[in-house]
Amino acid sequence: MAERILVLAEQLEGQLTDVTLELIGVARRLAAPRGSTVDALVLGEGVSALAATVPADRTLLMEHPALRLFNPEAAQRALEAVARETSPWLVLVPNTSLGMDVAAAVATRLGWPLVAYCQAIEERDGQLVATSQLFGGKILADCPVGTDHAVISVLAGAFSSEAAAPEPPARIERLAPPAELDGLRVRAVGLERPEAADVDITRAEKIVAVGRGIESKENLELAEELAEGLGAVVAASRPLVDAGWLPRSRQVGKSGLKVKPRLYLALGISGAPEHLEGMRDAELIIAVNTDPKAPIFDVAHYGVVADLFEVAEALQERLGG
Amino acid sequence: MTLAVILKQVPDVVEELAIDPSGTDLDRDSVSYVVNEFDEHALEEALLLREATGEDVVVVGVDTTGELDQALYTALAKGAQRAVKLVGDVEGSWLSTRALAGLLAPVIRELSPRLVLTGVQAPDDLDGQLAPTLGALLDWPHTGVVVGTELADGLVRVRKELWGGIMLDLELATPAVLGIQAARATPRYVPVGRVRQAMRESTIEEVEVETPVESAPKLSRLRAPEAAGRAEMLTGSPSDVVERILEILRARGLY
Repeated sequence: MAERILVLAEQLEGQLTDVTLELIGVARRLAAPRGSTVDALVLGEGVSALAATVPADRTLLMEHPALRLFNPEAAQRALEAVARETSPWLVLVPNTSLGMDVAAAVATRLGWPLVAYCQAIEERDGQLVATSQLFGGKILADCPVGTDHAVISVLAGAFSSEAAAPEPPARIERLAPPAELDGLRVRAVGLERPEAADVDITRAEKIVAVGRGIESKENLELAEELAEGLGAVVAASRPLVDAGWLPRSRQVGKSGLKVKPRLYLALGISGAPEHLEGMRDAELIIAVNTDPKAPIFDVAHYGVVADLFEVAEALQERLGG
Repeated sequence: MTLAVILKQVPDVVEELAIDPSGTDLDRDSVSYVVNEFDEHALEEALLLREATGEDVVVVGVDTTGELDQALYTALAKGAQRAVKLVGDVEGSWLSTRALAGLLAPVIRELSPRLVLTGVQAPDDLDGQLAPTLGALLDWPHTGVVVGTELADGLVRVRKELWGGIMLDLELATPAVLGIQAARATPRYVPVGRVRQAMRESTIEEVEVETPVESAPKLSRLRAPEAAGRAEMLTGSPSDVVERILEILRARGLY
């Protein structure tokens, strides 16, 4: 029955992403008691060296020019073809910008159930349960997962990558690309990396991070002053960057940067899952927010339920004085 | 040709969310609904494309709240040309993404748009995002996490955000389905007066749909996250709180 677990390995320009190892770690944990084996599917072009480093029981390597850069249509066709061929009871896909294009589409095409935004997979009363983060992280949904085909898209950072220790060495099997890869309607044109930033927030020891609660661009000045007083740099959650108040290089979170400073002072950040993904490993997190139920308080070490301006101004007074 | 924008109303996560006695849905009576934030960006991106190409914008939604009219009139007031509402026995229900996409697919096919734009994700899309699901059902090219679009002859150029500020540029043959992360501009504001005007002057087209047999996401229970890792709360006046914060920083050599 439960023979195979298939993991979609994620790579960009020949670099395996961290979440891939996290997925393989989970897959190994789920595979062991069921006697399943873990297959990892590596898609790309000229990535055979990378395939040899993937710590799965079997690495399935598919190379094609259309897979050189990420191409959502090519990846979807490839994963669908491999899933049909190997018939895994479980497919694990990262819930990333790349994985999100693939997971729902492949699950729909195959008619297999999908649990997205998964942060935990556990055995409960003999039943496998995948837990999904919904409603901005305020509510969790427990979803039973059967053994007759399911797809789970897993949040990056939800699992440890250590369980993916590379033993035994991967067996690599080269797969022929499906014919559909020759007639794609999507073309990947190129990648653009961000320009060097004035400040590298990933190297900052202390960060004053601001969110929607800051209300206006003018109020950023207060955050700048606080940061100066603390010897910190200013970072932000996504909405402020989208509004153009701060450059992309200051954005913390899933689509921004992952930071691990000694101090993360979060002002007016509610803590959407996408933000927490980028900062939960900070050594000391102090959060100020008006909503006592804000998810930021679940990862913070210290919390203050208050108007951020009152606290920030009082702090600024002390630092300035 | 048209640009179709799919709008969905979702529980406002800024408000307190209560779970109903069944344990498998929110208490819908106490929920306040807002248009999914990312769908607002999808509408804005479509309106920006209209400014460049003159395409008509049609907004489409399934009325699961009984309040969708407001969202559709607001979209018309912002500059959409048509609004289509799918109605049926779906009010008050939590539709899975696949059920939602199943209801929308034939209507979208009929509209025959050049592009479909919707939000990259929604707070309640437990079984995955709408754009890839709908793309798979229609068998149209699709991609998500889109932060910029440009229409050209027979294709759309999109900028897709990966992580760490890395952008991927793609070209998709049209028709295509896009999940918008952020429009190129902040979603426009429209005064209430203009919405009222739209309510007086425009009509929402209605399409009857049959309720799918299995329409709810499959889950055994909803629950609040465990409070185990919760922060130690600092209380008192702002100056008390600040003294405590400085103590904590001092103890760690951070101040």
